[in-house]
Amino acid sequence: MTSILRVRALRKEFAVHERPPGVAAALRSMLHREYKKIVAVDGIALDIQPGERVGFLGPNGAGKTTALKIFSGLLHPTSGEVLVDGHEPRRREDAFLKKIMLVLGQKQQLLWDLPPSETFELNRAVYDVPRAQYEATMRELTALLGLEDLVKRPSRTLSLGERMKCELAAALVHRPRVLFLDEPTIGLDVSMQATVRDFVKRYNEQHGATLLLTSHYMEDVAQLCPRVIVIDRGAILYDGALGDLVTRIRPDRRIVLRFSRPVAESDLAALATVVRHSAGESVLQVPKEAVNAVVGRALANLPVSDLTVQSPPLEEVMSELFARNRPRAATGEAPP
Amino acid sequence: MSLRNTARALPTLLRVGLAEAVAYRAEMFVWVLATTMPLVMLALWTAVAREGGGGALGRYGQSGFTAYFLSAFIVRQLTGCWAFYEMNVDVRQGTLGMRLLRPVHPLAAYTVENIAAVPMRALVSLPAALVALAVLQPRGLTRDPALWALWTASLLGAWSITLFVNLAVGCSAFFIEQSLKLMDLWLVLYFVLSGYTIPIDLFSPRVQSLVDWLPFRYQLGFPVAIMTGALGRQEAAALLVRQWAWVAATAGVTAVLWRRGIARFGAHGG
Repeated sequence: MTSILRVRALRKEFAVHERPPGVAAALRSMLHREYKKIVAVDGIALDIQPGERVGFLGPNGAGKTTALKIFSGLLHPTSGEVLVDGHEPRRREDAFLKKIMLVLGQKQQLLWDLPPSETFELNRAVYDVPRAQYEATMRELTALLGLEDLVKRPSRTLSLGERMKCELAAALVHRPRVLFLDEPTIGLDVSMQATVRDFVKRYNEQHGATLLLTSHYMEDVAQLCPRVIVIDRGAILYDGALGDLVTRIRPDRRIVLRFSRPVAESDLAALATVVRHSAGESVLQVPKEAVNAVVGRALANLPVSDLTVQSPPLEEVMSELFARNRPRAATGEAPP
Repeated sequence: MSLRNTARALPTLLRVGLAEAVAYRAEMFVWVLATTMPLVMLALWTAVAREGGGGALGRYGQSGFTAYFLSAFIVRQLTGCWAFYEMNVDVRQGTLGMRLLRPVHPLAAYTVENIAAVPMRALVSLPAALVALAVLQPRGLTRDPALWALWTASLLGAWSITLFVNLAVGCSAFFIEQSLKLMDLWLVLYFVLSGYTIPIDLFSPRVQSLVDWLPFRYQLGFPVAIMTGALGRQEAAALLVRQWAWVAATAGVTAVLWRRGIARFGAHGG
C-alpha cells in the first residue's frame, strides 16, 4: 500500500538568538547578535498508511509540533523529503490544502467575535465544498459533537471545551483525508477529553481519514492510537505498536490490591516491590513471570477484597524511555 | 492558492467580513471618531480664514475650507484600512498559520476583509458629511462629470496605495518586532504631507513639488483636489498616472516583502 505520509531524512534547524541577561548584553546585542543552532528534527523517517491512527509522542521540545507544521506545509524543512498523499507540503498547493488539516490546541481558526457557524460557512466557501455535502457534514458533526446550542453564539462566549468542539467541526468541514492534531484536548476536563477522543475515533472510522496526534494526555494515546511514534530531541526513539512499547520498556506488571482490613507494609514487601501503600489499597510491582505466584500468595496470606493486574501507567513507560535515552543521546548511542 | 479559488469564495468572504465589521460596531464608531481630524481642521482653518481679514487663505475662503475638509473626511472614510494591525497580530502570534492552511491567499483575505468593512463605515459616517455638503452648499465642488470619473479612479488608487502600504507594514512583522512603529512613522508623514491636516496648495511651491513625488498626497489630497475642482482634467489625468505608478510601486514592495517574509516564516515558524 502507498504511504499517505512518507518522510525521509527530515531535518529542521532553527537559528535562535541568544544573549545573557543585563543592560550591557542588551546593548551589545543591538550591534552584534549571536545565534545558536537548534536541531528540532534530526533526520527522522517514517511511513503512515491511509486510515491509520498514530500517536506522536515526546516530551516538551522534542520536535513534535515542528514536525506536524512541516507535514502541513507551515514550516519548510532544512533538508529531507516529505510527501503527503503525493504532495510536497511546502508548496501548499490547493489540492494539498484541501486534503489536510492541522488543528493546534492552542491556536484557533474560529472567528472570535462571530458565531462558529460563520467560520463553518467561510470554510465551506474557501474549500469549495458543495452545498449538499456541507449540509450533510454539518448535520453529522452537529449530532456527534452536540453543537446545536453552540453554533449561534459568538465564539468568544464559548467555554474552552465548547470552542475545541467547534474548532474540530471547522477543521472537518472539507472532510480532510489527513488530520494532524496537536494537543487537541489540552486544558479540557476529563469528560470533554473523552468526547473529543470518541469523536476523532469515529471520524477516522467513518471516513477512513488518517490521523497523526500529539498529546501529553496518555489516555488520548491509549484510547486512540494502536501505533505510536516516540520522538525525543528530534530523533525517533520508537515506532510501533503501543502494547509492544510498554512490554519492551516495562515488562513488569502492577498488582492493585484492596483490603478488607489494614495491612502492614512489611507484609507486602515480603511479596514484591511496594509502589504505593495506604490503609485500604496497595500497589505492587512484580516481574511479568512472577504475577501468578505473587497473586496466589497475596490471596492466601492477606485479607484481599479486590485484586487487579495492570500494565504500568503509560506516563511511567514514557518517562523511563526518555530517561534511558538521555545518556545515550549524549554519547550518540542508538535509541533503546 | 489560486485566484480562481479566491474569486469563488469572494461573496462569502465579503459577507463574513461585513458580519465582522458589524460585530465590531463599537470599535467601528470609535474608528470613525478617530478619523474626524478633517472636521477639527475644518473648524480651525475656517477660523483662521475668518480672522485673516480678507476672509481667504490662498484659494480657500470659509466655503472653500468647508468643501475641502468635508471632502477630505469623505475620502478618508472610503479609503481607510487597518490590515497592518491584523497582519502584525497574525504574524507575531502565529495565527497566520491558520490562514496559510486555507486555499485562499492570505493577502487576498486581508484585502476582502477591509473592502467588506467599507459599507459599514460609510453607513456610519457618510450621511452626516453628505448632509453637511448639501446644507452648506460650499462653493468649489466640481460639477464636471469627467472629473468625477477621474475622481472615482483616484479614489480607487488612494485606497490601493493605503492597502498596499498597510500590507507592506504588516509584512515587516516577519522581519522586525515592532512593525507597528513603522505605521506610526508613516501616519506622521501622512498627516502632514497628504493634505489631511493642511491643504497641499498652502505649502510653498518647493514643498508642493516635493509632495507631488511622494505617495502621501495620492492617498488623500489628490482625490480631494479633484473633488473640489482644484485640478483641471489634464492635470488630474497626469497626476492619476503618477498615482497609479505609486499603486504599482507599493504593490511591488508588498509582493517582495510577502515572498521573503513567508520564506522566513517557513524557515523560523510563527
